[in-house]
Amino acid sequence: MAEGERQRTIPRIGVDEWVATVEERVERGLAGRAREAWGRVPAGVKLASLVVVPALVPLLTQDDYLLQVAIDTVVFMLLAVGLNVAVGFAGLLDLGYVAFFGFGAYTYAMFASDHTGLHFQAPLVLLIVAVTGTALGFLVGLPSWRLVGDYLAIVTLFFLQIFSTILVNGDRLQLPFLEKEIAKLDGGLTRGPNGISNLDPMNWLGWKLTSLTQYFYLALIAFALALVALHSLNNSRIGRAWRALREEPLAAELMGMPVNWLKLLAFATGSVIAALTGTIFAAEQGAVFPSSVDVTVLITLYAMVILGGAGDLAGVAIGAIVISVALEALRTPSNASWVFYIALALTLPALVRPWRWQLVALLVGATVGFGFAVRAIVEAAWPAGTGGRPLGEASIDDWVSSWVLLQRNATPEVPTALGKTAFVALIVAVLGLTVLKGRRRLVALVPTLYLAACVWENVLVPQSAVTRYIILGALLVGMMAARPQGLLGKTRVEIV
Amino acid sequence: MDWERFFSLTVDGATRGSVYALIALGFSMVYGILKLLNFAHGDVFMVGGFIGWGVIGALGGATSPVVPAWAVIVLMVVAAMVGCSLLGVTLERFAYRPLRQAPRIAPLISALGASFFLQNSVLLLFGADFKQYETIDLAGGALYLQGIDWGAFHISLVRIVVIAVAIAMMVALSGLVYRTQLGKAMRATAYDREAAAMMGIDVDRVIMAAFFVGSALAGAAGVLVGLFTGSVNHFMGFNFGLKAFTAAVVGGIGSIPGAMLGGLVIGFAEAYAAYIDPSLRWRDLLVFSLLVLVMIFRPSGLLGRPEIQKV
Repeated sequence: MAEGERQRTIPRIGVDEWVATVEERVERGLAGRAREAWGRVPAGVKLASLVVVPALVPLLTQDDYLLQVAIDTVVFMLLAVGLNVAVGFAGLLDLGYVAFFGFGAYTYAMFASDHTGLHFQAPLVLLIVAVTGTALGFLVGLPSWRLVGDYLAIVTLFFLQIFSTILVNGDRLQLPFLEKEIAKLDGGLTRGPNGISNLDPMNWLGWKLTSLTQYFYLALIAFALALVALHSLNNSRIGRAWRALREEPLAAELMGMPVNWLKLLAFATGSVIAALTGTIFAAEQGAVFPSSVDVTVLITLYAMVILGGAGDLAGVAIGAIVISVALEALRTPSNASWVFYIALALTLPALVRPWRWQLVALLVGATVGFGFAVRAIVEAAWPAGTGGRPLGEASIDDWVSSWVLLQRNATPEVPTALGKTAFVALIVAVLGLTVLKGRRRLVALVPTLYLAACVWENVLVPQSAVTRYIILGALLVGMMAARPQGLLGKTRVEIV
Repeated sequence: MDWERFFSLTVDGATRGSVYALIALGFSMVYGILKLLNFAHGDVFMVGGFIGWGVIGALGGATSPVVPAWAVIVLMVVAAMVGCSLLGVTLERFAYRPLRQAPRIAPLISALGASFFLQNSVLLLFGADFKQYETIDLAGGALYLQGIDWGAFHISLVRIVVIAVAIAMMVALSGLVYRTQLGKAMRATAYDREAAAMMGIDVDRVIMAAFFVGSALAGAAGVLVGLFTGSVNHFMGFNFGLKAFTAAVVGGIGSIPGAMLGGLVIGFAEAYAAYIDPSLRWRDLLVFSLLVLVMIFRPSGLLGRPEIQKV
């Protein structure tokens, strides 16, 4: 530690700063070793296993709920790798991405449902979606032609707003030349907030997809195709140009790269993937709603891309799996407790620096002891603060309830006073933790961990619907500050 | 022409416009100095509205406050300004400062996350229902019943208060930016951050000041919106934030008079949209289309200088 400190403070003449600080970037500990091993796996193997391993799911279970979760996860994986084109490959902030998902879904509803009376076959609809989706992608990107930098993000965000306004108010919408046809439809063009239901099952030249397993494999095939296409695109001339654009747009332009075309291409590629995914999703669900075109979905996708490592296809797909499954697990209180302790077990070694297992054990021991001490004091002073019961039924909950402070709560819909106070205190504690260094940080970690456990049990488990999004927001901020390259991404070389 | 309707729409436009201008100023100042789209700014504004609601509740509610009505309003605005400026500085310190040297997309994503975090934290702590200001009960309804009457035309007191507070804030901000040492440092930093640092300006302090002042204005705007619409909720930050951002871009992002002008333009556009679309369902769409048009034909905004990229 002291050696490293000295190296950092004394500039060594004649040594490039980046080379001189290579020691600092070598990652140690369990996480570092795991990441190193992951880095040695060839990209083809990683991507192939991302298709092959999920393909086994329907062989292991035929449970409808689990299959539904699996389909949702594959849909999220598709959406995440699509978003990764603009965000990860080309370094553009695309905030209108979800609109294309909705566009694909609603297009399917228009061409294959009783709503309009059209019953096109799936290949035809997919073709229509692909062509119109590309056109729309270019159209949305077009205003950016004259704009530099972040304006593109804003234009796409407005596009999302405009698109969702059209979906919600589409029951009153009139299109030129189609007045009579639209007037005939029940509930106008989009049926407004009610959405369109009773869509046809996908019809592949007479073969109708009806079971969840079939849709799962359809989505997985689409995912495999997307992976192959994106992987080869990323390793082509265009992929290299995107990386140049991402690292330094001005330099890329000076090298003669058609910067505007590259931006539009990145947008359109992502848009097509999102639109086609939307089509599959709509057919599988049998209904479309304007609520699926939502900033919430957008943030979820961003969290997936960032967690896995923007720009790394396998990382992004794994990020999508982790977040999709975790969000689903948080729905049921007895799973929610587990999610917290598993996440803690995975992140704790990363928080302890320098990494020694004795330190981790000490930390866990201290936290458990601290918890029992605090609980004993509170029990004596304020019995209501420990009288609560956790919502879950799992074995861990019995143990947890004898350790954390848990206020008795007659109405689980409303957080308790203890929970609210602890939540605010936790935010302050975590912010404070980022300022501390070395031994002080380790000591401060003990009460913070205990506080986090209390907040989790008091507020976050009962209010899981809101909690999911609070965690996603915190994840984005935290990842950006701590590991912008994501858990599995490689550190980028920054030469300033 | 129906002059009465025109007049009432104009007053509505001026009220909304002055609130948009207050929020837009924060966007514009931060963008001018950091070149960062602070997506969380709209949520800071929303928190301001909630602080105002907390203050009016703590003072005994609008029906029977423990202090005179004017003092209630002053206390609400001051508390929201103090609370929001602290929030803004905290955001800057923990969400943006670590990313000063990161790729451009990093702080944007961080801002997106911070916005989402704030919005859902408020939802968790206070619930999803609209928080009523009940300003109609304040001082026996004087805010709505009294005001300026001029023939058939009527401006209610609450709108006069909103516009007056907004104007006072903007005058104070102009004084700060164009008359003080700190303002000079801000303008210098916005012009060229590196050169300003070499001239001995503490750039970190200037950035912090920009967040402090911008968030204070947004907090005041939150209370003002609560006053004239009667309620606040956890998702109002998104819509108002978006419109205010539009205002900042239309006026010329980075320009302070531009943000004020842009706010008024958006406010009036929104009010007069009632002529084209009485149902108001497509009003947002009109505003955003206006923005896209401005961005295509005059990307630097009405009062902004065209940006010259330097290598």
